Amino acid sequence: MTDGPLIDIRGVRHAYRTAGGPLPVLDGLDVAVADGGFTAVVGPSGCGKSTLTRLVAGLLIPDAGEVRVHGQPVTGPRSNVGMAFQNPVLLEWRTILDNVLLPLEIVRTGMTKAEGTDRARALLALVGLEGFEDKRPSELSGGMRQRASLCRALIHRPEVLILDEPFGALDAFTREDLWQIMHRVKEREPFTGVLITHDLRESIFLADRVVVLSGRPARTQYVLDVPDTGPRDLDHLYTPEAAEMLAVLRRQIEIAQGRAPAEEHAAAAAPEPVPGPPAPGRQGAVTGAVP
Amino acid sequence: MTARKVLVPLLAIAIFLVLWEALVWAMGWPNYKMASPSDLIPAYGRYWELFLTMGWQTLWRTVAGLVLAVIFGTALGMVMGFSRTMRDALYPLLVGFNAVPKATVVPIVALLFVGQHDFNTVLIAFMISFFPIAVSVSIGLSTLEPEYRDILRSLGASQATIFRKIALPKTLPEFFGALKVSVTLAFIGTNLMEIVSPHGRGLGALFDSGKTNSDYPLMFAVLIALAFLGIVLYYVVVALERTFAGWADRGV
Repeated sequence: MTDGPLIDIRGVRHAYRTAGGPLPVLDGLDVAVADGGFTAVVGPSGCGKSTLTRLVAGLLIPDAGEVRVHGQPVTGPRSNVGMAFQNPVLLEWRTILDNVLLPLEIVRTGMTKAEGTDRARALLALVGLEGFEDKRPSELSGGMRQRASLCRALIHRPEVLILDEPFGALDAFTREDLWQIMHRVKEREPFTGVLITHDLRESIFLADRVVVLSGRPARTQYVLDVPDTGPRDLDHLYTPEAAEMLAVLRRQIEIAQGRAPAEEHAAAAAPEPVPGPPAPGRQGAVTGAVP
Repeated sequence: MTARKVLVPLLAIAIFLVLWEALVWAMGWPNYKMASPSDLIPAYGRYWELFLTMGWQTLWRTVAGLVLAVIFGTALGMVMGFSRTMRDALYPLLVGFNAVPKATVVPIVALLFVGQHDFNTVLIAFMISFFPIAVSVSIGLSTLEPEYRDILRSLGASQATIFRKIALPKTLPEFFGALKVSVTLAFIGTNLMEIVSPHGRGLGALFDSGKTNSDYPLMFAVLIALAFLGIVLYYVVVALERTFAGWADRGV
């Protein structure tokens, strides 16, 4: 294990080539995730959050800047990554168990077939899907499918787990269930995680660090360290500390959206908050987000 | 397969035949205007040997055309599904080709490869039936959500693996949907050639000889035999679909 962060993104800039010329999506992105850390990335919609996951997964090589995992520059896909998306993308023609086993057909892990199956069953039990191994995805609810997708992302013991709004399409109660399950999973199956989300409560409930991105092209605008980590219950979201963190993040999002002018804000150690692109006519329209 | 699943369609066919017989009888049509099911039985009795050999001719050439259509259509669909440029380039050509009525192509092909009756017939069956397959495969592949690809790509899977494990099985329901259309089209193609081409073989030629000899019950008997073959082939495709893409059927 190295001393530096396990995932280290530095000064990354990237533009998509479109018919109407280059579209810059990332412009000065810095994200560092410690070994075993869990970083949430929030930001206005369309700001390039998903591009960030593709960088870490090695599916996209940035125009400039560095993406390192374990100190090694990422030059292409690496099998030590697990991914889960908002769309669970389970294969309809496979059973839940066979869906979870899919990565083992690609990645060499040294696991025998029987070990892989045992591990898949254990993971499914861990997320509460015991007894659903032989069902088809179409027989499961949205939340259950998402849980199966999480098991698939973890089956090959990836070092890095990338979650791209995995709970975004679920109803509020199912989502909160899955938050609890995530804590259980993290305890039993340690991973280094990046969670893309636009749910601020989700970010402070699950992650130990929250990175706020500016509007497009995205740069790292603000970093919040969450003091309490590890498993906890939902009551933790209703403490004064949580309310204060949410207020800080809310305000940073407004800055990122260009709806609030940037100003000094009492907060945890963080890089200088910088103003987002101004939105004409909307300046000063700050609404109080503090409960 | 329950008894109900077999009995209901059989009963429907029986009712259809009774209504047909009743219509012809009520209208007092002579059999040169419209043959009735009872006229068909002697036709089959007299020519059953011809029906077997001609039916076999039609069947194998149709299946051969279909097999070619599946191979070529799938390949073309893959090319168009994976490459935007190829899709843009080939679509207008393909649509134009499909819009040409195949009845007009038949005499051209018959002259082009004169005397090669089997080849001509298979060629027309193929030409008429590959279009739905190519279009459905290309749409199935091009509408594959990028996340499906990313799941495997992020693990370092090759394009071939992604195709085999995800793109191909995911396209199967669309493929079989198209194949059901193509089966019927291929029969039309085979018969067009069999009817038009001189000294032809197959049920189409039998139909043509019925016409020449004013044997109207024979002509109707050929039509029913064609319908029967069409039904058989269709259900073969349905059986294949159940085997390979049964997962897509949600039992609704």
